[in-house]
Amino acid sequence: MEETLFQKNTYAAATLAAGAALLLASSALAQTVFVTNEKDNTVTVIDGDKLEAVKTIQVGQRPRGITLSKDEKWLLICASDDNNVQVFDTKTLELVKTLPSGPDPELFILHPSGNPLYIANEDDNLVTVVDIEKGTVLAEVPVGVEPEGMGISPDGKMLVNTSETTNMDHFIDTESYEIIDNVLVDSRPRFAEFTSDGSQVWVSAEIGGTVTVIEPSSRKILTKITFEIPGVSQDAIQPVGVRVTKDRKKAFVALGPANRVAVVNAETFEVEKYLLVGQRVWQLAFTPDERMLFTTNGASNDVSVIDVEKLRVVRSIKTGRYPWGVVVASF
Amino acid sequence: MRKWRAGFSNKLSTKCLALLLSSLVLLSAPFLVKSSAVAQSPDPRASKKSQQADVQRIRILLAREQLDLPPPLSLLDFPPEDLGIAGAELAIRDNNTTGRFLKQEFSLEVIETTSAEELIAKVAERVAAETGFVVADVRADTLLALSDALKDRTALIFNAGSSDDSLREENCRKNVVHTAPTRTMLTDALAQYLVWKRWRNWLLVHGTQPHDLAYADALRRAAKRFGAKIVEERPFDLDVGSRRADGGHEQIQQQIPTFTQNAPDYDVLVVADELDQFGGYLPFRTWDARPVAGTQGLVPASWHPSLEQWGATQLQSRFQKLAKRPMRPLDYNIWIAIRSVGEAATRTRSADPAKLIAYIKSAEFDVAGFKGRKLNYRSWNGQLRQPILVSTAKLPVTVSPQPGFLHQFTELDTLGIDQPETKCRNFAQ
Repeated sequence: MEETLFQKNTYAAATLAAGAALLLASSALAQTVFVTNEKDNTVTVIDGDKLEAVKTIQVGQRPRGITLSKDEKWLLICASDDNNVQVFDTKTLELVKTLPSGPDPELFILHPSGNPLYIANEDDNLVTVVDIEKGTVLAEVPVGVEPEGMGISPDGKMLVNTSETTNMDHFIDTESYEIIDNVLVDSRPRFAEFTSDGSQVWVSAEIGGTVTVIEPSSRKILTKITFEIPGVSQDAIQPVGVRVTKDRKKAFVALGPANRVAVVNAETFEVEKYLLVGQRVWQLAFTPDERMLFTTNGASNDVSVIDVEKLRVVRSIKTGRYPWGVVVASF
Repeated sequence: MRKWRAGFSNKLSTKCLALLLSSLVLLSAPFLVKSSAVAQSPDPRASKKSQQADVQRIRILLAREQLDLPPPLSLLDFPPEDLGIAGAELAIRDNNTTGRFLKQEFSLEVIETTSAEELIAKVAERVAAETGFVVADVRADTLLALSDALKDRTALIFNAGSSDDSLREENCRKNVVHTAPTRTMLTDALAQYLVWKRWRNWLLVHGTQPHDLAYADALRRAAKRFGAKIVEERPFDLDVGSRRADGGHEQIQQQIPTFTQNAPDYDVLVVADELDQFGGYLPFRTWDARPVAGTQGLVPASWHPSLEQWGATQLQSRFQKLAKRPMRPLDYNIWIAIRSVGEAATRTRSADPAKLIAYIKSAEFDVAGFKGRKLNYRSWNGQLRQPILVSTAKLPVTVSPQPGFLHQFTELDTLGIDQPETKCRNFAQ
């Protein structure tokens, strides 16, 4: 039995490798994937062409949120247990500096102009706004209990923060730092993603098991997407990471312990497909050309690579323990 | 770890009495009403606004019956003075952080006394005046009397302290829901793990007090349900007066091996000693080298101070900041009760007790409780469905239900007495 399985896996791996090779041939751009490993205090660096891990760097304690500066010179990491944001040089992978972040930074998002950085302080019911050049705190905005998800409108005027225990999306004006509205969603909202035209914000609710699509201008709920997978208990369907393609045709939703990524038609809001990935899938990141999507699978210590056009999982890549966040650079 | 502590009279050694007294001095006021100033708002603008606009006010009572308890074996296990109260205060704060966005304000009043009659009278008076929610940490009998006293009011009692199955079965009440897990939920959670581990043969050692016998019953039921076998039962004849195993380590080191000698082959010793009078002496002293599980050793409970999964780190850290100590199961049971009220107020945008109670009991209700899935109340008896942590003193070992124990509706209902077996007839009228 085990041998059969093993053979099957080998066969599958060979097919996947072949698929990946094809994918590579058609992909002109080089790219680098960075994955935070929450348990190991490391970042795994993956060659986005060869689809293999090439380096592991030591970072601060409990790294979670990860992003790139607009010019891609800096890699920014929430070192949650060090209560700061670490800045690494993306070429040398050396630590450049640390930024103040407020306590327990979990997720953050950059203003579309490249500065400032908006940080969710999970332990302190705050969103902290930091100038990443000067390393100074510009503002602190009190929000609900356990802020996590952070989204920003493409014009940079509106920030959305989700608070996990308050179960709200707080819409924050980025000029006045005032909360202009709060929208109640299902239990434990963890992630907020604006569409490229700013007309919608997609918010996942991990315990509620839903994704709510909100119109930011009116703060009206447009729809609520639910998921159903044959053979998987409803309790295990726990949406976290959400990514919508730039053309607003497809959305991908990581479903946590359901070990699947849902493919949603972003025009009709219908769920079209479930892709089986690694265990406890949380965060997602596209390559800049949106041909591939990387998923962090916390419980199986790997990332899955999804071919966005074919909607197939083409590879899984070993990371450190409990991979959490992921970002892809274009070089 | 706080267990169900039914009051039973006991004579104690002088040394233990001194310890007990020192801990009781702190609780010695015969009647204590404490109002907590917890309706604070961190945002001054929000509080100013709330004074002007119509603020929905939701008041919650915490009713604690102070019991005359024998001291636990370990100095580490003496209950902190604010056990449960700190959980309530944190939940009120969490509710208020959300509430300030919805113009809802939650406040807490704690009523503590050693007299059940006084407690009931005081609670009834408060319920008549201003509140519809009572979180109770009281004995089973007191809970039933309290339920009777409030039966004509629009009020809901959350039983956070008693694990007595009968309160959810033949003695279930329409105005009581339960956040404390039952004994059968606890022992089923343990049994599933032991069976998963293939430790199927159990030596049962139980105390002789009524609650110990009830816990032993629950263990027997769990063994039968999940295919384990109790190879032998040994009552531990605890004479509370002399405390057989009292004294230094020399005697215990002799007594426990002798007590566990000549047992049929077994995999694990399961112990029923809810008041922690001897169970703590069993690990590492049994005649055969066997693990200990049950009320001591590997213990099933609603919470563990070092659970960090599912975002629990945040709850633990908020609690530690507030109470300057780790969060215990009773704190959690009370926290989730008050969070249930908060969640209902948020979702219904109402402070009307009738509306909130109907919502809490409805199928629409769910609350996130840092256990990796949504929690809600069983429709037939008001018991909170929840995963149970199975832990050693320092760390969680596993969380039940275990994989592979399936259920037609939800795996959470593999823990405890399930709907087809229930004797509850009065809850869902």
